[in-house]
Amino acid sequence: MRLRIVKREPLPGWARIVIPIAAVAATLILSAVPILIAGGELWKSYFYLFYGALGTRFNLLETFVKASPLILTGLAVAFAFRAKFWNIGAEGQLLAGALTATVLGISLKTMPSALVLPTVIAAGFLAGGLWAFLPAILKTKLKVDDVVSTLLLNYVMIHIMGALLFGPLQQPGSSWPRSSEIIAAAKYPILMPRSRFHLGILIAVLAVAVIWFINNKTTFGYQNKAVGVNLRAARFGGIHTNTVILWTALISGGLAGLAGVGELCALQYRLIMDLSPGYGYSGIVIAMLGNLHPVGVLFSALFFSIIIVGAQTMSRMTGVPVYIAEVIQGMALMIMLVFLLFTEYRLKVVRK
Amino acid sequence: MTAQQPVVEMRSITKRFLNVAANKGVSFRLYPGEICALLGENGAGKTTLMNILFGYYACDEGEVFIKGEQVDLTCPKDAICRGVGMIHQHFALVPSQSVLENVIIGTDTGKGLFLDLKAAKEKLRQIQRRFRLQLDPEAKIWTLSVGEQQKVEILKALYRDVDILIMDEPTAVLSPGETEDLFRTLESLVQEGRSIVFISHKLHEVMSISDRIMVLRAGEVVAEKKTKETTLRELANLMVGRELLERLDKKTLQQGEPVLEIENLHALNDKKLPVLKNIGLCVRRNEVLGLAGVSGNGQRELAEILFGIREATQGTVKINGRRLRLGSPMSAIRLGMGRIPEDRIETGLLMDLTVEENLILENHVSPGFQRRGLLDFKKIRRFSEDLIRAYDIKTAGPQAEAKSLSGGNLQKVMLARELAGKPAVLVASQPTRGLDVGATEYVHQRILEERERGAAVLLISEDLDEIFALSDRIAVLYEGEVMGEALVEEASREQIGLWMSGVRKE
Repeated sequence: MRLRIVKREPLPGWARIVIPIAAVAATLILSAVPILIAGGELWKSYFYLFYGALGTRFNLLETFVKASPLILTGLAVAFAFRAKFWNIGAEGQLLAGALTATVLGISLKTMPSALVLPTVIAAGFLAGGLWAFLPAILKTKLKVDDVVSTLLLNYVMIHIMGALLFGPLQQPGSSWPRSSEIIAAAKYPILMPRSRFHLGILIAVLAVAVIWFINNKTTFGYQNKAVGVNLRAARFGGIHTNTVILWTALISGGLAGLAGVGELCALQYRLIMDLSPGYGYSGIVIAMLGNLHPVGVLFSALFFSIIIVGAQTMSRMTGVPVYIAEVIQGMALMIMLVFLLFTEYRLKVVRK
Repeated sequence: MTAQQPVVEMRSITKRFLNVAANKGVSFRLYPGEICALLGENGAGKTTLMNILFGYYACDEGEVFIKGEQVDLTCPKDAICRGVGMIHQHFALVPSQSVLENVIIGTDTGKGLFLDLKAAKEKLRQIQRRFRLQLDPEAKIWTLSVGEQQKVEILKALYRDVDILIMDEPTAVLSPGETEDLFRTLESLVQEGRSIVFISHKLHEVMSISDRIMVLRAGEVVAEKKTKETTLRELANLMVGRELLERLDKKTLQQGEPVLEIENLHALNDKKLPVLKNIGLCVRRNEVLGLAGVSGNGQRELAEILFGIREATQGTVKINGRRLRLGSPMSAIRLGMGRIPEDRIETGLLMDLTVEENLILENHVSPGFQRRGLLDFKKIRRFSEDLIRAYDIKTAGPQAEAKSLSGGNLQKVMLARELAGKPAVLVASQPTRGLDVGATEYVHQRILEERERGAAVLLISEDLDEIFALSDRIAVLYEGEVMGEALVEEASREQIGLWMSGVRKE
């Protein structure tokens, strides 16, 4: 008996919703294996995984705090991928946003305080956008591969940040690579008492709505989709494909930049080297799991933050290492990719 | 011949795709040493049936016998092992590799990890000599013409000792000369006792090459005929299931003022070699100018320049006296050019988008469909529904994905979009390539309607019947130059043929 992969008939529309859900379910079931290997008691572990993320008011709000940057980077990647602009650089764009927010957050002392936060947010968006705009120019003008250029620019940004944190941006008197604290007017307001539930979460959810609106209601969303589906035909049809790609990059990078602003102005208040534990890369996984749909991104980001936040409690209560969260995230991506493969192919058992 | 044992027998094959039956109880036999043609319109189920024989699809019902043995093919490799080869319309060749390398891909050549290219080359040479398939084994695929690439595919099959060869619309991409070559090759193959299935919807070709013809319509066998005992008319009627119009109704019209003027146009091809030299053409109101020629003589590049997706090195194009900005598709659209590209799937349409999204591609920014960047879906829906009705597009609705439509209906979507704005000029490049009889007739009628309406039509086509049937004037493109021009009443097929082969009257 052998297994063969054969092409299948196209799946009906509901599959687009069912498949990510099935992938999440399969991930949770298969997570049992690493949990057992790590010596965790299965039901107890699962209980604390979810209890830790959703069980108490504080934990629930923490899950949203964690979801905020993931939603924004996920959206950034999904919006770019929709136009087949392969933006792997959300990490660098996030840091560009955070860096800009730091510089402004420290220096805008004389600005009327009501204007500080809007300025910081707008500048962070622009900075992230420009960091994605650069590879988009290279792609449209010189046909430089966008996967490579966006990815490598991540490292460029990390090193720029390092140079500044060991240099002009370093907090006076500190020997750590960290900046001074931003001024109070540049900090995101906390929206719920006794928690860290901040403005950035609202911004992320608003961004989901805005991207959904752009995708489905505007001429630009139509052009962005057309460019992604068939660049040649889009150009033939009179769409300025290069302009569409440049704007797509700007918006995509801007969203990632907002994630950086949020991490800085709501949580850290000062720039540090490990501001982001790879939110930009997680964004790629989240975008794929969410099928590049903004609402899908919202849910997959929430799933990821549940795992990340819940794993802390699970680890504390059962002794399973907190790194299990990353294993589960990796599994989610692999399983989603396999499931996506099976939307076009199916397995066939061959008797021989 | 019928006394012989069939090499292939397929019994009551049924294959469904999402509840739509592509084959309904089809039985098929192939005998040694014969060419059997599978004739039918697009979507009749010809390719599906052969894909089952090639192990590409599994059938839902029915049995397949190859050389008397019942088989359950699960992949093309199984089929090749049993001597069944299939050449699809789109070739599976590696452009950067040589003929020889492409031929031996996937075969066990040499010992262990080491290739024995010498032995492989010798074997290939022998096959080439036997079937007179001349090609340099060292030539890289990308340097070859489409006809030569097809020879490589045939060599691939022969190298694997295939004795049952399925060819899916092999002439769709060939020039008339290359088609002749192919037919000679096929004849030499059957003389050796090999069998060929020839999938086509071109009646002339089927009549001239096959021994037996099976006609499929809507997934069912409607007739099986010996080629000698049937006629073109009978086949055409069987194929479409209705009487075809015998002649197109082309009204005599007085041609008006010049609308499309092409002057002194020069251009390079993708390899940066001159491909168009000093092209000068003029098309007038109420006129169809047929541009004939064997493909590969600059037609594609000329069309792409007019469409705005290729730059010229020199020259001007004017529509109603206004200069076209070359390299700008929008300029062509704004000046009123309807454009039918030869490769509608790659260039014209967005297969993953819906029918309505395809229909508004060129004017989604016009005030009719958007206000301040927001699409007006009500208007788009109404516009699309009107076009679907007017052009009789067979689709589940405006929101069906384009890829769910058949070839003929996709071309209707293309026509609907391009003609909706009543263009002053229509440039149609190979507008009926790959279409079945019914769809071809429809496209022809639409082109003549445009001519009557007052459009200036430039028809670029390899199909001489089409050129003669539709044109008022005929010009011939050869190696990037206009060889000659003649009024259709004064043009003889012989003269056009000579121009097409590069012979100029002295």
